[in-house]
Amino acid sequence: MVDVLERPALRAEPPPEAHGPTGLLKWLTTTDHKVIGLSYTVTAVIMMVIGGAFAEIIRAQLASPNGTLVSLAQFNELFTMHGSVMIYLFAGPFAFGALANIIVPIQIGAPDMAFPRLNALSYWLYLTGSITMLSGFFTAGGAASFGWVGYAPLSNSLNTPGAGADLWIGGLLLTGFSAIFTGVNLVATIFYLRAPGMTMFRMPIFTWNLLVTAILILLAFPVLTAGLIMLYADRHFGTHIFSVAGGGVPVLWQHIFWFWGHPEVYILALPFFGMVTEIIAVFSRKPVFGYKGMVFATISIAALSLGVWAHHMFTTGVVLLPFFSMMSLLIAVPTGIKIFNWIGTMWRGEVWFSAAMLMALGFLVTFLIGGLSGVYLASPPLDFFTHDTYFVVAHFHSVVMALVMAGMAGLYYWGPKFTGYLLNETIGKVQFWFLFVGTQVFTLPLYLVGLRGMPRRVAIYPHDPQWKFLNDLSSVGAVLIGISTLVFVANLVYSWKRYPAGPNPWDGQTLEWFTTSPPPHHNFYRLPPIRSERPTWDYNHPEHRTVPHGPRNGDGA
Amino acid sequence: MKVEARFLLGLGLFFGLIGLVYWLWSGEDAGGVMLGAAMLLGFLPGSYYLYWSRRMDPRPEDDPAATPASGAGVVGAFPGSSIWPFTLGMGAFVTVLALVFGIWLLLPGLSLVAWALLGGVAESRRGGHV
Ligand code: HEM
Ligand SMILES: [Cu+2]
Repeated sequence: MVDVLERPALRAEPPPEAHGPTGLLKWLTTTDHKVIGLSYTVTAVIMMVIGGAFAEIIRAQLASPNGTLVSLAQFNELFTMHGSVMIYLFAGPFAFGALANIIVPIQIGAPDMAFPRLNALSYWLYLTGSITMLSGFFTAGGAASFGWVGYAPLSNSLNTPGAGADLWIGGLLLTGFSAIFTGVNLVATIFYLRAPGMTMFRMPIFTWNLLVTAILILLAFPVLTAGLIMLYADRHFGTHIFSVAGGGVPVLWQHIFWFWGHPEVYILALPFFGMVTEIIAVFSRKPVFGYKGMVFATISIAALSLGVWAHHMFTTGVVLLPFFSMMSLLIAVPTGIKIFNWIGTMWRGEVWFSAAMLMALGFLVTFLIGGLSGVYLASPPLDFFTHDTYFVVAHFHSVVMALVMAGMAGLYYWGPKFTGYLLNETIGKVQFWFLFVGTQVFTLPLYLVGLRGMPRRVAIYPHDPQWKFLNDLSSVGAVLIGISTLVFVANLVYSWKRYPAGPNPWDGQTLEWFTTSPPPHHNFYRLPPIRSERPTWDYNHPEHRTVPHGPRNGDGA
Repeated sequence: MKVEARFLLGLGLFFGLIGLVYWLWSGEDAGGVMLGAAMLLGFLPGSYYLYWSRRMDPRPEDDPAATPASGAGVVGAFPGSSIWPFTLGMGAFVTVLALVFGIWLLLPGLSLVAWALLGGVAESRRGGHV
C-alpha cells in the first residue's frame, strides 16, 4: 500500500492506520522505519553476543602462556572474526541502522525515512551479509583468518586460499552497500523531511551527528567496496593490484583500507556521541551546553578524520609522518570541546543518576582513556614502539567499550520509546557496574602488557610472570563484561511488558517524547510548535522555555 | 536549503585543500585521488543545493517562525509495505554467493534482482501494493 501522506495541519484525528500483511509476511514486507530499526537492533545485539563469545574464547586461550583450548589456525579465525563481527556486523549497523533508524525520523517530526523501501533493502543486505561472512565457519578451510583488516599479501589466494576468505569479502560487499544506502536515506530524510520550524540549527544533536555520520559513510564506504573488488580480482582474476610479483603495490591496500577504516571509527563513534549528548542533557534537566559548538565540533571531527588514515601505517616507512601526525593530533581539539560541553551540560544541573545516565558517564570516562591513548599513538616515535602490541588493542578497546556503554545508555533511554516499556533500573545499574569495572579490568592491563612488548594476534606467548599476571587480570575483566551481558539479557526477560512507559518517562526535550510510546504508524498525531532545539520541553514547561524565538536558534534558514 | 548547501560545500572545500597539500607534499597518488573524490562528493550535491536555495522560497522547515499549519499539505508517498526490497536483497545475496560457490548462481541471483527491480518500479507506478 502507498499512503500519500498529508501533514496533519491542526487536526487531531489519527493518521492512517497501518494496513497490509501480518505475522512473518509483515516482517518480510515492512517498510516502517521503526520495525526495520527494531530488526536492526535485534540483529546487531545478536552479533554482539556472537562476537563476544569469540572474545571470551580468545581470553580463555590467553589465560595461560601455552593455552591449548584452540589450535593456532582456529585462533587466527577467532580474532579475525571477532574483529570483523564487532566492527562490521555489530558496531556499525548498531550505530547507524538501529537506534538511528528508529529515532532520527521521529526527532525531526518526519513520518518515515525518505526512501522506506531502500531502508528495508539496507536491512536485508545487512542480514544476508552477516550470514555470508559468518558462514565461513562452516566451510572446509574455516572462516577468514587474515585479521579484520585483510592486509595484502596475506589475503591473496596463495596465503589464504579457501572459501572463508571469499565469504568474508562477499559479506562485506553486501553490508557495504547496506551502509551506503542507509547513508543516502539519512541524508535525504534529514534534508527533506523536517517538520515546519525544525531548522538545521534546531535539530537535536543526535540527528546532527547522524547527518554527519551519513556523509562520512558516503565518503568512506565506496572506497572500501572498490578495494574489496580489487582484492577479489587479485584473488581470482589474476590481476596484480596488490602483489609485488605482477608490479602491484601491497601497501595500496592499506591506503584504501584505512581511508575507509579511520573514518569508520568515527562512523561508529559519532552516533554514540549524539546519544550521550541527549542523555546527559535530559538527565541533567538542562539544554545541551554549547549547542552550536557541539555541531561544529562534530563536523570538524568528521572532516579531519578523512585526513588521518595513515596513522595506522606509520611503521610501513612510506607515509608522510608529519602530515598524518598533525592531522591526528588536531582531532583531539574538537573531541576536547565535546568533553568540555558534556561536563558543561551537567554543571549545576539536577543530575538524575538513572541507568542510562550512569552508562553515559561510564562512556565519558572510558572514552577519555581511549582518546588519550590515541593521542599517544598519533605520535610516530611512540607509535614505532607500540605498534602491533597490545597497547593498540587496549587503545581501541577503551574506545569501543565506551561506545558499548553509550549504546546501552541509548537502549535504556530510547528502548521505552519504541517498545512502550521501561527496563528495570536497579538491574540496569548492576549491569552498569559489571560493565564499567569489567571494561577497566579488561583494558588497563592490556596497556601495560603492550608497553612490555607483548605483540597482538598471538595464541601463545613466552612464560613471563608479568605478562601472565596481566593477561590473567584482563581475562577476569572479560568475564565481568560477559556477566554484564547476561545481566542485560536477564533485565530484558524480567522487565518484559512489566513497566509501561507512557509517552515521556524521562521528561524528555526533543520531539520523539511528544508522541506516544510506541509511536503510531507515521509517528505523529500532531506536532507542537518548534521554536528551539527542545520543542517538547518548551511545550511541557512553558515557564522555562529554551530561548523563545531568539535569533540564537533562528538563523538556520 | 542554505545551511545544507554551505555544509556540503564547506566539507568539499576542506577536502580539496588538505588533498592538495597532501598530494603536493607527499607525492603519493592514492591518497590524493581519494581526497579529490571526497572533494567532489562535497561539491556536487553542495552546488546543487546552492543552486536551488537561490531559486526557491525558504521551505517551512527552513523558517524559524513556521507553525505546524504552515507545513500542511502533501508530504510524500510512503509505501506501507512491499515485498520487493526483500526479493532484491535475496537476489543480491545469491549473486554474491556466486563469487564464492560458482558462476551458475549468477543465473538465479540476477534473475531475482531483475524481477525485484521490475516489480518495485511497477509498484511505484501503480501506486499500490502488488
Ligand atoms: C583522538 C582520537 C584518536 C586518535 C588520535 C587515534 C589514533 C590511533 C592510532 C595512531 C592508531 C594506530 C595504532 C597502531 O596500529 O600502531 C589507532 C588504532 C585504532 N583505533 Fe584509534 N584513535 C582515535 C580514536 C579512535 C576511535 C574513536 C576509535 C573507534 C571508534 C578508534 C579505533 C581504533 C582501532 C579499531 C584501531 C586499531 C586498528 C587495528 O590496527 O586493528 N580510535 N588509533
Ligand atoms: Cu585511526
